[in-house]
Parts: sequence; structure tokens; C-alpha cells
Amino acid sequence: MTKPLLNLEKTEQLRSHAAQTEHPRELIVDVLRAIQEENGWVPDEGIELAASILGLSPLQVEEVATFYDKIFRHPVGKKVIHVCDSICCWSRGGEWIVQILREKLGIDLGETTSDGEFTLLPTCCLGACGEAPAMMIGFTLYGNLDAEKIEAILAKERSGGRP
Amino acid sequence: MKKHTLLLFKNRRPGETVFIEEYRKQGGYTALFKALREMTPAEIRDTVKASGLRGRGGAGFPTGTKWSFFPSDQGGQKYLVCNGDEMEPGTYKDRVLIEADPHQLVEGMIIAAYAMQIPTGYIFIRYAYKNAFDCLQRALAEASEAGFLGKNILGSGFSFELHLHGSAGRYILGEETALLNGLEGKRANPRSKPPFPAVRGLFDKPTTVNNVETLANVPHIINGGADWFASLAYTEGGAGTKLFGLSGHLESTECHELPIGITLGDVVREYGKGVWQGRRFKACLPGGASTPYLTAEHMTVPLDFAPLEQVGSRLGTGGVTVFDDHTCMVEATLNLNRFFARESCGWCTPCRDGLPYVSWLLEKIEKGQGTMEDIDNLRHQVHNINGRSFCALAMGAMGPVESLLRLFEEEIVDHIRKGRCPLKS
Repeated sequence: MTKPLLNLEKTEQLRSHAAQTEHPRELIVDVLRAIQEENGWVPDEGIELAASILGLSPLQVEEVATFYDKIFRHPVGKKVIHVCDSICCWSRGGEWIVQILREKLGIDLGETTSDGEFTLLPTCCLGACGEAPAMMIGFTLYGNLDAEKIEAILAKERSGGRP
Repeated sequence: MKKHTLLLFKNRRPGETVFIEEYRKQGGYTALFKALREMTPAEIRDTVKASGLRGRGGAGFPTGTKWSFFPSDQGGQKYLVCNGDEMEPGTYKDRVLIEADPHQLVEGMIIAAYAMQIPTGYIFIRYAYKNAFDCLQRALAEASEAGFLGKNILGSGFSFELHLHGSAGRYILGEETALLNGLEGKRANPRSKPPFPAVRGLFDKPTTVNNVETLANVPHIINGGADWFASLAYTEGGAGTKLFGLSGHLESTECHELPIGITLGDVVREYGKGVWQGRRFKACLPGGASTPYLTAEHMTVPLDFAPLEQVGSRLGTGGVTVFDDHTCMVEATLNLNRFFARESCGWCTPCRDGLPYVSWLLEKIEKGQGTMEDIDNLRHQVHNINGRSFCALAMGAMGPVESLLRLFEEEIVDHIRKGRCPLKS
């Protein structure tokens, strides 16, 4: 049997939260993020599961899921690298940082490494403008990037730890 | 460097978060006691109005005026929403504030809710601010434990429930009506106004939406009084302090709490430690990606709402992004416009189709393939998009473009004459 989209405990927790809430629909993002946390992304079955937990149609969930850029409706690598391409990072070499990441990972923006480890995505401002150029891997923010730092960060993230 | 009073950053220590014990030691929650025990809701609303506090999220609407439109005396469900979707490029002050001292926001929200007799609140936090989210989660638990949230707060008979919502990306959610749709679990397109949120907001109930920094100022105003708060500004018409997040080509790019009305020159020289690498100042965005550029001739302009409007720009969020004299302003504007085009929700035509067209024109000029006609085209787009889009996103996008045309026309023409970017060798 394949791994469930959400473990039973979490599913029950969300179901009971939805039952106690006056407007269950307000939990859409919470449910989608929970499914994504467990699977890395939200497959079609995840949309259906969220709909059943919240008493909505899959379409009502899908139109929200596809609106947000941090909800992934396509498979992604184990870790998603969000590299900032907004103005402050751009002013301090952000384009060069993207170039370094593309070369080191051997992939273009929007692609996943062949070992399934990293997906590289551009993102708008991460709110780290004082530490530009910056990127976020998973939820970990890395600022004041240069080639050497990126090398060390990727090596540590690849082995599961943090630099 | 002149010494000035700190409110929001008075407890700030690098790399640390102040939680309830330390916050209370430094006088935290005394404003809540004062508000609930000594003041009526109307007195609080009047104090905030008299303080001159204006919204810190970008639009700068007077907070007390916004609160005065709210049906405070109407019973039933009403909502207070804190907009923590900070995503305007160049803006990171709300993150710094929450990560340094989150209880200020919680206390400010409880007082604001009491002032407008609101039983339920939401704090909306953007996806990328996981650490700020965690800080607030702990602060909310601590405040509940201390009896500052929940039923019958401090025996006042007033009850307030405060929820935390973690979002999943997209700049448009910072627009208050889009944010309300997002909170309701709907696709986050903006709503048409009127009806304004004060009349029909979250779940169709009266709602006030305020920025993080705005609400965090409230306890300080209650404790210090309206006149004191107003007197903190350097400008006659200004009030209070402002968080300025510095970025771009400065030697030092940190977030500082400074009096409203400090001049651009003082911020650049004293707090930014000057333009990096010994280069010269060319331009800056004074308050985030949607505020028109200022140039070296604006160094004496006070960073306050009215003086900045007089020189064709805005205070915005207080995110000051500086560009040195090696920067191509066409390319900078192209970067900014691409951001807005990508973050457009696609709801209305001027934004969805107009912004990509502006990007295309700027890219053509930057590549050296532009014609003089393209300058007219750009100007036409600014006129066409301004005032015609459904919400403020596309108008914000036109801020840099309009000021590029106004302040750097020669540089645009130079691209066209030379057939290449004159700032690239």
C-alpha cells in the first residue's frame, strides 16, 4: 500500500478543527500546507482529500491551491530552493547568484536535480533585503550569499544538516 | 548622530526575541491595564486619532480616522485583522519587529480590539516568515496564559480571541480585501470597494485591517499620550517614529527606528554609512518597490508623508533601497516591473496585460532596440494603467516607471541613441 497523503492523526485533527470552526473553508491553506509538508507537494488526491476534510468541492480547493506560489501542484525535489530575484537582491548580484545555483545544480529555474534532491525556483522578495542577496531552502533563510557560501550551504543541505 | 527616542526597538537585542517575562519587566502590558481599567473605548480611539499615527503598511491612511469609520458601538461579530503579508520588495521591518519583540503587536491588537469592541482578531503572516510566525505563536500562548487574551480580560468584561494565519505566498494578499478573501479560504483576488471592510469585511462582518507596525505603536501611544507621540517626529505635521529598512548599495543595510521627518541624507550618511564602495548616490526608492524614485537633489527632503508627496514620491513602507551611480535605472525599473507583472493576480486587464507590456517596452529599451516612440508608449501606459486598475497593485507598479520617465529621460534616450545600455561596457 502506498503511503497515505496525511497520517491519520493529522487528518483527524484537521477534521475536528473543521467541525468546530464556523467557516471550515478558512482552513484551506492550513490543510494544503499540511498535505504538502507530508508529501513535498499536493497531488490531485491531496486536493480531493482537502475537499473532503473541509466539505468543499475539489474545484473550490483547486482554485485556491493554484493561486499560491508556495503550494506546489507538481512534484518537487526533497528541498525547494527559493532564490530571490527582487530589486534589493538584484542590486547586490542576485542574477549572478541564480547563475551560480544553476551551474552548481546543473538545472535551470523551475527544474529538479536528477537525484531528486533540489528544485530551483525564483521567488519575490523574502524580506531579507538587508542581507541581500538571499535565498530560502525549505524554511531556512540564507543571506549575504556568494559562490563559496552557496557551495557550503548546498553541501550541508544535501547531507541533511545545516551549515 | 542625534539621540532619539526608541519605542518599537527599545527592547531589541541582535539575534534575540523578547518574550513575556522580559517584555513585562520593560513595562510591557502596562498600556493594556491602563486602557482596560482607566479608559473608555472612545477615549482610546480619540487618543490614537489625536496622536497623528498614520498607517505603516504603505498607504499611510490616518489610523484614528480609519478607526472612527468603524461601527464600534454595533454589537455582534466584528473582526480586527493584522496585515503581516510584508512582501513589497525592499521591506523587511515587520519581520524585524516581530522577531525582536512580538508582544508589542499582541498588546496593540488587544487594545485596538477593545477600542473598537471587536471580539475576534487574526494575524496574517506570509509564508516565508516562519520564524516570525513561531515567535507570535509563542507570544499568543503566553498572552493567553497571562489572561490577556480570551474571556473577560483583566476582569474588564471584554473578551478577545486572536488567531494566527500562515499564508502560502503571493504579494497581492497584502492588498487588504485580497487578504480578507485569502483568510476566508477563497481565491485571493481583491474585492471591489465600496463596500469598505469597515462595513462588510471578513465573512461579511465589519473589519479593520491594520499593518503590524501600526498596531505595535498603539501601546506606546496609550502609555505616552497623543502629544508625546506626535512630538517624536522631526517634522511639524509628522508624528512618531518609523522603522526604516535599508537596502541596496549602502555600506550598512540594517533596519533602524528613526523619527519621522529625518532627512534622506541623514539616513543615507549616518545609518547607511554612505554609498558602498566609495561610489556616488544615484537614486533610491524611499519606501518600497512602488514608491517613485528620489535622486541626489532630494537629500534634504524629510522622510514624512507630506514632504515626500510634495516631491512626487511617497513614504510607503519605509524600505529605503539605494542605487549607486553604476546602476542602470532602466534595468532597475525593468526588475521592479517584472515583479509586479508576475505578482498580478490577473483579475483586471490593465494589470494583467498592461504590466507585461510595460516590461516588454523596458526590456526592448534596455537591450538597445528601443525607439523614441517607445518612450511615448511607456508614457501612454502609465496614463492608461493609473486609475484604471481594479486595485492599487498596478498603480504601485507605475510609481517607478513614472519617475523613470520624469527623472531619467536622458538615460532612456541614451539607450536608444547608442543602441545599447550606456552603463554596460
